[in-house]
Amino acid sequence: MQADETDAVTAPQDVARRQETRARPDLSRRIAWLHLPHFAMERWQRHLHRMGEARPEDLPQALATEGPHGRVIHAVNRAAGQAGVVVGARAADMRALCPTLQLDYADIGGDRVALDRLVLWARRWCPWTAAGAVSAAGAGIVMDTTGSAHLWGDEAGLLREVEGRLSGLGLSAELAIAPTTGAAWALARFGAVRETCAGGDLAARIAPLPVRALRLDPATLTLLRRLGLSTVGDLAAVPRLSLARRFARADLAANPLLRLDQMTGHLAEPVSAPDDPPRFAVQALLSEPVQDPVPHIPDLCAALAQDLAAPGYGARRVILTIYRSDGEVSAVEAATSQPTRDPRHLARLFDGRLDRLDPGFGFDLITLAAPAAEKMTTVQARLDGRPDAGPDLARLVDLLSARFGADRLRRPTLRESHVPERREVWAPAMAGDPRPPEPARTQRPIRLFDPAQEVRVLYAVPEGPPALFVWNRVTHRVVRFAGPERIAPEWWSDRPGTRLRDYYRVEDEAGRRLWLYRDGLIGDGRGDAPRWFVHGVFG
Amino acid sequence: MSKSVIRLPRRAPDPAPPPTSPLPDAPTLSEVFATVATDGAAPGFVLAQVPRGAAPVLWVQDRLSLRETGRPYLAGLAPPPTLLCLTVNRAVDVLWAMEQGLACGDLAGVVGEVWGDPPALDFTATKRLAMRAETHGIPAWMLRRAGTAHLSAARARWRIASLPSTPDAYDAHAPGAARWRAELFRARHRAPGVWTAGLDAEGHGLHFAPQEDAAQAPVRAGATG
Repeated sequence: MQADETDAVTAPQDVARRQETRARPDLSRRIAWLHLPHFAMERWQRHLHRMGEARPEDLPQALATEGPHGRVIHAVNRAAGQAGVVVGARAADMRALCPTLQLDYADIGGDRVALDRLVLWARRWCPWTAAGAVSAAGAGIVMDTTGSAHLWGDEAGLLREVEGRLSGLGLSAELAIAPTTGAAWALARFGAVRETCAGGDLAARIAPLPVRALRLDPATLTLLRRLGLSTVGDLAAVPRLSLARRFARADLAANPLLRLDQMTGHLAEPVSAPDDPPRFAVQALLSEPVQDPVPHIPDLCAALAQDLAAPGYGARRVILTIYRSDGEVSAVEAATSQPTRDPRHLARLFDGRLDRLDPGFGFDLITLAAPAAEKMTTVQARLDGRPDAGPDLARLVDLLSARFGADRLRRPTLRESHVPERREVWAPAMAGDPRPPEPARTQRPIRLFDPAQEVRVLYAVPEGPPALFVWNRVTHRVVRFAGPERIAPEWWSDRPGTRLRDYYRVEDEAGRRLWLYRDGLIGDGRGDAPRWFVHGVFG
Repeated sequence: MSKSVIRLPRRAPDPAPPPTSPLPDAPTLSEVFATVATDGAAPGFVLAQVPRGAAPVLWVQDRLSLRETGRPYLAGLAPPPTLLCLTVNRAVDVLWAMEQGLACGDLAGVVGEVWGDPPALDFTATKRLAMRAETHGIPAWMLRRAGTAHLSAARARWRIASLPSTPDAYDAHAPGAARWRAELFRARHRAPGVWTAGLDAEGHGLHFAPQEDAAQAPVRAGATG
């Protein structure tokens, strides 16, 4: 719940000593708190809507996380809340309470990333925005709107604009503006709708708020309740020295005095806004339309590489956009498997890929942007002056993937499975180094057909593989065979009704060795008479 | 005093030089023709020479080769090589990708599969590949199926066909270790010849026997195809 706290924990004696000589707090700043109480659930519902699987609103839904004793409710929708489902309870208990409850797993990491993006999106209202914590109680964004509110008329206008924009994203929000972060946090939750609190009214406005508004941990709240302090005003009336003694060693989340000082502005709590992520884009504005963009690409790549080098970044994805003079826009995209800022390598990624662009009457603007860039540190892996072992391969992977598509260049690796076609994983080479391959079992072919190719049986025998069959318009007479090796379907991943396979290694009269299998058994009740397939070829 | 002179044994005569393998000594471009397109002999012959190790081998297939003859299957190769498999549509792309791969110092080898006789695969293209392979020291193999041996700059040109396998030591009806008829019909480094080839005892190297005594080739138990 605590967000952006300054870790300036002051010694209690100093706090008490300052009691008499405290300077007037600086209440000139205007801090807005955007509290998103149902962030996780609303994000999940929006995701379902985008996937075309939106559920009716009167269906109780909840998101759960894995706790030490089973799943725990993390977020609920309105219908579930009305049915009595509470956040923090065990999912099994809530299922008993509400049998129609739809349970899904919460994506806390995804919520965090979405909130970080939302923080950057909120820079439309003021330049200093930061994210609060993401928890079962919702998410929050803090903005320092000092000097920005007049752009929307006044502060009430700003808050109306923020609320409207957020509801356009499907997010409900509780907003408040106050001189301090603590007060804004409290008023967003416990104050009026879209409350704005002036510096002069602060003391009067926070006095009736409950002590829960102080961002304290539950143990401290229980302690304050036992002490009979229920509102912030009660707490402020307690002599400062007693509080300072009582909470001498408590850290910020358990220290009512420091929290109170933060709320009243005696303890500074500035908004520490993260920097904007750097953006990399260069452009070539041509004086007259040209038909061929290729001669401009080396210069653009050199300029982009220079931009990337200054803050120490490397491009992972580059987009070349070409603007035709008659208004048409076309783009060519390339990705790299490692961050790079080598202009020659970047230029080579577009080799031969601009031929398909229709020049029309010519291009007059070419832009090259790196929408995905990563920090790139210069490393030296060897001392003998020779190049490192990695970059050449990464460049080759980039080049081939850019030319033929990332799904065409793949790295096969082995995994545990009995079914031959599932024994290999074909991951794109761009995805990075796979696990080292496991040792293989013997008696497997060196080539595999995927899917297997059916053969026509000319002469079947009751036991063993067919004595004569036609594959690829060629008749094969089986001279020798070994088998069967029975491979049953994997019941945990196959559809019900999948037939088992009997594999044979057969050799024909010319010495060609094939891997044949019969799909199913006669009379296994899973379809017609079994068919025969060639699945692989031995060396 | 001079009684205790240690007499060193006379230097033993050099053992007979081992039978020379018909494979080229230095990395270069070899062309391997499959006598029957769907036969596993030619890819088996190439896979027996492909380096095993952490450095990947670029394996480029055109679409027809993939459809008609399948893809390399790691589970059948012990120890499995590190492969980087690329599927392209045209033979011209196979040649381009092989050329790019041969310029990359991190690869252990490059294999290309071409179906038929594409016009792009001419003397110039093979010469480019051969010179790149020799310059960068990366072995390259060109697997040809359903093609004719036109003019080519490949330093060694093979024609591979299956032979009946050796009898299995334990089961008279079962196929045993693979044997291939390996015909080197054009080579720069040695005279052409015909051999009976098979996998060696470790299961991933090549063993050559002259074609004449192919019938008496020793049974090698444990070697698998």
